[in-house]
Amino acid sequence: MLKLNEQVYDAIRRHGEETYPFECCGVLLGQSVDGVNEVEDAVRAGNTRTDSARNRYQIAPQELIRIQRQGRERGLDIIGFYHSHPDHPARWSKTDFAEAHWLGCSYVITAVEEGIAQATNSFLLTGTGEDDKAFEDEAVEVAALEAERC
Amino acid sequence: MKIFIPTPLRVYSNKQDSVSVSATTVGEALNALTAKHPDLKKQLYSDEGKLRSFVNVYLNDEDIRYLPEKDATKVSEKDALSIIPSIAGGC
Repeated sequence: MLKLNEQVYDAIRRHGEETYPFECCGVLLGQSVDGVNEVEDAVRAGNTRTDSARNRYQIAPQELIRIQRQGRERGLDIIGFYHSHPDHPARWSKTDFAEAHWLGCSYVITAVEEGIAQATNSFLLTGTGEDDKAFEDEAVEVAALEAERC
Repeated sequence: MKIFIPTPLRVYSNKQDSVSVSATTVGEALNALTAKHPDLKKQLYSDEGKLRSFVNVYLNDEDIRYLPEKDATKVSEKDALSIIPSIAGGC
């Protein structure tokens, strides 16, 4: 299961709407607790695939290092990633699978149709290495933010 | 020096997010890492002993693949290596 609050959930989806018709991408920071990836924050990242941004994304390793360092300072780990599929279903593709290497992490995909976010789905990358890795559908639990007390 | 271990590989480093090793070069540091945690070797290297194409190793902010002296690049205690698997995809 992937847990996140509605602010983070909305931010991920909004990012995909803003970058449409190009794919957006970002990093999920949080903690993995008893097999549940609990997201504290979603950090936007640049898509280095400017040659084919309508259907490809890539995050520069230097940016991942920076985000990982920032996460470490906050006591958070990289527990997943998100990206959007412009006018394409919110399901992992062959390319998504071939390029997935962060075992144990959640890969969140939002379908954005004509600029409007539709489904947001999450897939857990399971396995012990390249030979047995697999994507498993993962339930997404979106928690409402508590109302501020006056 | 410290070597930062990414989330998916911590199962092979006793759940540590960083490992300290003594080394004078990048190559020595990576060898020391896999000597300490042998199960990491298969994750990082192919059967031919080369770094897997999707495994990026950075010395501070530089990709070791593009360092002039590559594995022979000298390191000090203040330096840090980061192992970062690639993240990419698309529809």
